[in-house]
Amino acid sequence: MEKDTLQQTLPLDDMLIGQYRQYKDLISKNDTPHVRQLRQNAFKKFEKERFPTSNDEQWRHTDVEALTGDSYINELQPPDSEKNIEEMFRCDVHNFDTESYSMLNGWHSGNGESLKTLPEGIVIGSIRAAMGAYPEIFEKHYGQIAESEGNGFIQINTAMMQDGVFIWVPDGVKSAKTLQIIKIINKEEQLFVQSRNLIVLGKNSELSLMHCDDSVDQHASLVNTVTEIFVDEAAHLEMYKLQNLNDQSALINSTFVRQLANSTIKTNTLTFNCGLIRNNIHVRLDGQGSHADVLGLYLMDKEQHIDNQIRIDHNVANCTSNELFKGILDEAASAVFNGYIYVARDAQKTNAYQNNNNILLTPTATINTMPFLEIYADDVKCSHGATVGQLDQEAMFYIRSRGISAANARLLLMYAFAADIINQISIEPLRQRIDDMVKKRLRGELSVCEKCVLHCGAPEKEYHFDIDLSQL
Amino acid sequence: MSISGVIKMGSQVDAIRLRITIFAALFKHDLNKFIMDENTNNNILEEVTKGEYKFGFFSDIETDYAPKGLTEDTIRFISAKKEEPEWMLEFRLKAFRHWLTLEEPEWAHLHHPPIDFQEIIYYASPRKKPQLESLDEVDPELLETFEKLGISLDEQKRLSGVAVDAVIDSVSVKTTFQDTLSKHGIIFCSFSEAVKNHPDLVKKYMGTVVPYTDNYYAALNSAVFSDGSFCFIPKGVRSPLELSTYFRINAANTGQFERTLIVAEEGGYVSYMEGCTAPMRDENQLHAAIVEIIAMDDAEVKYSTVQNWYPGNKEGKGGVYNFVTKRGLCKGNRSKISWTQVETGSSITWKYPSCVLLGDHSIGEFYSVAVTNNFQQADTGSKMIHLGKNTRSTIISKGISAGKSNNSYRGLVKIMPGALNARNFSQCDSLLLGDKCGAHTFPYIDTRNQSSIVEHEATTSKISEDQLFYCNQRGIDTEKAIGLIVNGYAKEVLNKLPMEFAVEAQKLLSITLEGSVG
Repeated sequence: MEKDTLQQTLPLDDMLIGQYRQYKDLISKNDTPHVRQLRQNAFKKFEKERFPTSNDEQWRHTDVEALTGDSYINELQPPDSEKNIEEMFRCDVHNFDTESYSMLNGWHSGNGESLKTLPEGIVIGSIRAAMGAYPEIFEKHYGQIAESEGNGFIQINTAMMQDGVFIWVPDGVKSAKTLQIIKIINKEEQLFVQSRNLIVLGKNSELSLMHCDDSVDQHASLVNTVTEIFVDEAAHLEMYKLQNLNDQSALINSTFVRQLANSTIKTNTLTFNCGLIRNNIHVRLDGQGSHADVLGLYLMDKEQHIDNQIRIDHNVANCTSNELFKGILDEAASAVFNGYIYVARDAQKTNAYQNNNNILLTPTATINTMPFLEIYADDVKCSHGATVGQLDQEAMFYIRSRGISAANARLLLMYAFAADIINQISIEPLRQRIDDMVKKRLRGELSVCEKCVLHCGAPEKEYHFDIDLSQL
Repeated sequence: MSISGVIKMGSQVDAIRLRITIFAALFKHDLNKFIMDENTNNNILEEVTKGEYKFGFFSDIETDYAPKGLTEDTIRFISAKKEEPEWMLEFRLKAFRHWLTLEEPEWAHLHHPPIDFQEIIYYASPRKKPQLESLDEVDPELLETFEKLGISLDEQKRLSGVAVDAVIDSVSVKTTFQDTLSKHGIIFCSFSEAVKNHPDLVKKYMGTVVPYTDNYYAALNSAVFSDGSFCFIPKGVRSPLELSTYFRINAANTGQFERTLIVAEEGGYVSYMEGCTAPMRDENQLHAAIVEIIAMDDAEVKYSTVQNWYPGNKEGKGGVYNFVTKRGLCKGNRSKISWTQVETGSSITWKYPSCVLLGDHSIGEFYSVAVTNNFQQADTGSKMIHLGKNTRSTIISKGISAGKSNNSYRGLVKIMPGALNARNFSQCDSLLLGDKCGAHTFPYIDTRNQSSIVEHEATTSKISEDQLFYCNQRGIDTEKAIGLIVNGYAKEVLNKLPMEFAVEAQKLLSITLEGSVG
């Protein structure tokens, strides 16, 4: 087998372009003509536009050149793995039974079949396998939802897509268990990992999905994930993204959602740890009566950087959306939030709400928040708010005057701040587990993954603050 | 006694009427119809969106022009025409050479055909007259122009106690009340006079707040600016008068590039107002101004403006492109700079009055009402840069869009690491009248220390059915109710305007269409 990596010290874009040219046939070996065509178009665009730089308005606050200027290894063949990571990372949160699907370094892993049908009829598996098995779904949705204009990360993902997750929920099917996608990065070298996911929900279907990004080592990596989600009429999607990678990792995560009439989605992006993370979430409300809840929580410290770019397009009338992102920034962490609500002409009776609250704990933490509104219809209610501040001194005084130590009072207030997001998690066992993780994280006890994000390997232990609440 | 004194003594009813007047002025709505005629059935929305521009007359004044186009020769011509010292010419040329290296900014939410900078006449002045001793000697055409604008200079002189500097096309034509001001040591004159008579002050402060390298239009202005106002408040002096400048573009194909510099020394106070109009023309005219304000320890500068350049006709033809850089520097401790703007004119507005809060405990304020209708586009807002400790800033912006216009708020609040305990509150609301317009909000908040508190909130709405119903229920018809609600909506900002402006707004309104040609 030919060696599939270009071990060079070229910048990432040059390396990828070289790799594509050299191994074009290998990359598009299993492609349907549709996918191959998309690859070629995307590659042409990428060759011209390359990766964005901090001169691009959208990337102004994130040092993207430092990422893309570095050299990485991009694997074009699945890694050989004897370990059954599916077993290893299987989630055993108490009372929380999930159907899991694992990926190692961006490739389908484990001994199981690459495409399986669950008892209720949901199809889950590797996008490589699904391409041939469900060409009509691919033709309809793949590459149609993601917007690649002016975004080199999307272009190169489309051009060199190798593996990822495919989920198809047929009309009327409701998922019995939460599906859990576990993505592990484990490699001795500096890896560039791309994964491409396609999730299609049929009419009146329901899906509960948990998407965990993890790393199990201390090596640097750059992950570029693109997820396309299609939510058909009256379908409901609940999605939790848990991000807990090491401080050397960078994650560029782009999620595009297209919703039809009366569908609802709820996404919750929980970022606990990662060197640099960029979440692009773009929701298009294309059918009347649809609703999107886009929530997020980020708890960053050290020199970590998070950049959340959330865009919601109200393209038709009578849709509602709710966007709430909260963050606590410690040490020299920096955060960027850019919310964008777009209301098209004649998208009357729109109700959109956008809020971003931040707490800075140290003099060196920074936040850039940009809550934008672009509105072309008059019968709408759109509001947004953004706050940056510290813990409320009066509340602090109140708690301390009841004999609670400064450190504990601080924890309690931070926890209360985060609770707004945690309480919106509707799967109770998961809510409890995340609640514990937040408590641990705030106490500085959350290490980067012993096993997976959810730390189910850790002994089942209730986390309590050392506070006698009766004193309050 | 100043006019504001008279008004304060008047009945409360008068005060309320006055506020309504300002509102009416915003909407180019006929005041008398609005208040007096109880039976008015005119749809206010119609009037708001279809009102005619009332200052579109053109005065036939003999004018000197610079040759069309922009080269180093044009700049030498302007400088020579104004009999400027060598250092001024050097400054202009440096700015011009820098401008050549820049590209036109495209980040704003504005769409317009490219501007041909070689098609513009960069200097036009009313033909020089011999030195005048009294107003009687002023060109009667010119006086008439000001009469039409409601700035009858001699009337002002007698009654209002407002010192006026009027700038027509590019040149300052008349400054009133200089004697009274000079008694207090206040310098209020045209920029060219300041260059001649107070070169040290101009050299010391010009370009310190808005350097010529600041942006494309600031560089252009620095190269070709023709005149403007200069105002200097010495230590400990509170200006006894409101200072005011009127700008008017008269000649065709000309750009107007004026430059205002206001300096308040320790403990000084001044309230400064600017107004502007232009004739109706089919082609677009360019206006690129710079305003610099410097406030030293304990000084306070209050800057108010009603921007009423020609907005173009109902089809979006013509109108003034208004690209303005306005910035204040709170240099001293406890200094304060306050911007109040009412933006009703211009086909394109690109304007972000800013405050750099350098001194500890300094305060920056920004109050804005921006109204766009027909095909107008506005991208306006404020920047507050917090550098000093305990600095505070407030941004209140009210956007009203009607017709097919687009109205954007764009603002930046930046808290630097040294700005301990800084505080900002921003509120920007948009009101949409009609379903063909757009209202956008682009706030940028950049916080770099943990002791500051920054809050931003914004809403977008139309006039709610509930509010209308409430008014109707109490016997107020829909048209009046809309007026009332919009008035209430913008009141927070309108209240910040000096009373003198209210009077002038009234005068502006009383200009009848018969009196205007063009």
